Amino acid sequence: MSNHTDTVTHPVHRDDVGAKMGMWLFLFTEVLLFGGMFLVYAVYRYQYPDQFHIAAMELNTTMGTLNTIILLTSSLTVALSIAALQKGNKFLSLCFLSLTLLFALMFMVIKYFEWTTKISHGIYPGSPELLTKPNGQILFFGLYYIMTGLHGLHVLVGMVVISFMIVFIARDKVTSDNYVKLENSGLYWHLVDLIWIFLFPLFYLIQ
Amino acid sequence: MSGNNKHHISYGTYILVWAALIAFTSITVTIAGVNLGRYTLFIALAIAAIKSALVINIFMHIKFDEPIFKVFLGISGATLFIIFLLTFFDYIYR
Amino acid sequence: MANEIAVKNFYNQSTNKHTGILSWLLTKDHKRIGLMYMMAIMTFFVVGMLIGILMRLELIAPGRTIMSAQTYNSLFTLHGVIMIFLFIIPGLPAIFGNFFLPIQIGAEDVAFPRLNLLSWYVYIVGAILVIVSLFLPGGPIDTGWTFYIPYSVRSSTNISLALFAAFVLGFSSILTGINFITTVHRLRAPGMGFFKMPLFVWATYATAWIQVIATPVIAITILLVIIERAFGVGIFDPALGGDPILFQHLFWIYSHPAVYIMILPAMGVVSEIIPTFSRRTIFGYKQIAYSSLAIAFIGYLVWAHHMFSSGMSDTARWIFSLLTFIVALPSGVKIFNWVATMYKGSIDPKPPFLWVMNFIFLFSIGGLTGLVLGSLATDIHLTDTYFVVAHFHYVMFGGTGTIFFAALHYWFPKMFGRMYNMKFARIAVVLYFIGFNMLYFPKFIMGYMGMPRRYYDYLPQFESLQRISTFGSWILVGTIFFIFGYLFHALRKGKKATSNPWGGVTLEWHIPSPPPLENFEKIPTITHEPYDFSQLKEMKDE
Ligand code: HEM
Ligand SMILES: [Cu+2]
Repeated sequence: MSNHTDTVTHPVHRDDVGAKMGMWLFLFTEVLLFGGMFLVYAVYRYQYPDQFHIAAMELNTTMGTLNTIILLTSSLTVALSIAALQKGNKFLSLCFLSLTLLFALMFMVIKYFEWTTKISHGIYPGSPELLTKPNGQILFFGLYYIMTGLHGLHVLVGMVVISFMIVFIARDKVTSDNYVKLENSGLYWHLVDLIWIFLFPLFYLIQ
Repeated sequence: MSGNNKHHISYGTYILVWAALIAFTSITVTIAGVNLGRYTLFIALAIAAIKSALVINIFMHIKFDEPIFKVFLGISGATLFIIFLLTFFDYIYR
Repeated sequence: MANEIAVKNFYNQSTNKHTGILSWLLTKDHKRIGLMYMMAIMTFFVVGMLIGILMRLELIAPGRTIMSAQTYNSLFTLHGVIMIFLFIIPGLPAIFGNFFLPIQIGAEDVAFPRLNLLSWYVYIVGAILVIVSLFLPGGPIDTGWTFYIPYSVRSSTNISLALFAAFVLGFSSILTGINFITTVHRLRAPGMGFFKMPLFVWATYATAWIQVIATPVIAITILLVIIERAFGVGIFDPALGGDPILFQHLFWIYSHPAVYIMILPAMGVVSEIIPTFSRRTIFGYKQIAYSSLAIAFIGYLVWAHHMFSSGMSDTARWIFSLLTFIVALPSGVKIFNWVATMYKGSIDPKPPFLWVMNFIFLFSIGGLTGLVLGSLATDIHLTDTYFVVAHFHYVMFGGTGTIFFAALHYWFPKMFGRMYNMKFARIAVVLYFIGFNMLYFPKFIMGYMGMPRRYYDYLPQFESLQRISTFGSWILVGTIFFIFGYLFHALRKGKKATSNPWGGVTLEWHIPSPPPLENFEKIPTITHEPYDFSQLKEMKDE
């Protein structure tokens, strides 16, 4: 069962599977964190289906779709970057990672414009404009800000992590035969993408 | 041994999966324009589920990793499902 | 003395080049981290206990005795927060899990030693935040440890900071959980299959899963309340369409499983102590192992039994009441297996064993009264009364708290390499039992008679019972200080412990007391079943 006989003799041992297992466990905590949020969303959508429809019309589907495509593509580039490093192509790997970072930045910029337009229309938590709307819409926009905000926060964290990976690869701390750190960062980034895959239809596509 | 995953996925596969993801995105956006009544939500979620299956299996490599990871994934998924189910016993019957 | 220094152990060996306090603060050794947790957690336990004493003092007579109503509100909140988040949730896993889980599976450390140290620091930061929240303008929190909406949004006290502290503490708990799961999967010694692991490991493993899967839900709940306080989004505010009951759902989706975070490791400790002192292999090893997993799982299905009177739907009420009764099954499996293990064993009533007897008695009372609260009809009468206060002290304090002392007495010789005074320890068991029941049993009666919880005042008819309860608190707290006293004395002056003072057979008894830095000279190969006492003879020869 256990295949650890070789780790005994020398104290610094490396266990890539273990490291990935730890990462997956961490991802589950993220899934449940957002899961709680989705539960709140589900309850209120169930209670106010019509209001959610009306409110969702006000979101910009084009922007949302664009962001979806961007995030999916960034997921691709992380995956490619790992593949490149596995093949020993450090340069290509760095290129793909930088691309990922760029896409992440684009996502955040679009998000920023989306938010600021909404805010300039007077729609933000507690705004007088929003408070005149029916309850279901107040909740919709409240959830919109909280959930996309929390997701955006994860994008930012992901950007920091990826930046570190770029440095690590450049300095050969992460190499073609020791790249579990990069894989774990990739896993994190895909999770951010996964969450968006659900956020997108739930907020932008209720027509 | 520590063994990084023996199974390496090619660039081609990744790009194929990405193309599929984009395709599904355009499908779901198109369908959202059509009025399908109560099925809208169901279809949107089904497509999201397919997309996430692709991401988890290929991008996140779980298909080729240790089988125990799949068990783990099952555990957390099941827990989440139960939490939703039981909570709705309250809201549906209020 | 010279002779002692020659023996290598984790006290005189360090994982880093520093000496003194720094070698501890930067250590990656799971045993040292376990002890660092012990220091911190016991400190908070004492603080929580002293707050308890103050509350009991207020209740010695009707009317205002030594404090105002607002002070009382803050004290029970603080007492609850400290006892729950700083003592009982991390208690057994972080101290004894850290120290013994790797040893019991034949590993030299946990899977992520640095993460382990980090989780200690995160715990400390969380604890400091709790303390800071007391002294900032705004004043100490007064919502009760449950932080119920809407008061937690309206109260002007430092709720947000205290909530954030709980968030941070949750993070620490998650890190420990991740570490333990990975350790169990990746670092078992050769031959140590899953079904050769000691039952404490099984229990800690099941607990780790709850820590990983449930804690994020409280994290998001806490974030939502903080956001609500900051921006007034309306998520839980009925005036804006929100539903306060949804907060209760989210809160208990975590907090019910959290009671299993508290009790499962305790049950694991019991499954260690009973075979050792009965000199008999555990009865129904697999059932006990599986029942840990079953409890962890079923623990997710019952949370809304805390909400019978909240106004949720009737269907949900009976479903959750029904499900609640199912949890009793795996717990019952354990109790019967323990008793069956003792049957015809050659029982050696040393102090750790006596502590376990204490546990079985107190926890049974707690468990049985839990059924009273779990059934819908009776709960409506008893909810929010002293009956609930008595119930959860019997399960948490009488259960896990008692096992905390059992574990301390069981593993003390291994951790510190010294023996304590057996006679004192026996006296302590008896005094603890008396004090405990005097303190809490009257609360069942008062609750049944209608005394509500969280009040600093009461009607005259409760006076004599309240008084008995307060006297009991003196006996109990006195006993606990007595325990700390003789253990502390043993630390310095106790007889030196042999490697196996109780005749246990799990791996920790195969290595010196205290253990050397990487636990084993050579990672062992496991051939025996975990509780195979025929090994004892070979062990003597070793
Ligand atoms: C010497 C020990 C202790 C004493 C004297 C004590 C006493 C009390 C008292 C008087 C209350 C308030 C009852 C009320 O007015 O509603 C209380 C509440 C509570 N106690 Fe203890 N207790 C002790 C130990 C513990 C331990 C070890 C735990 C947990 C492991 C614990 C957990 C709690 C909790 C969660 C509450 C509820 C706080 C709230 O209402 O928000 N206590 N205790
Ligand atoms: Cu409960």
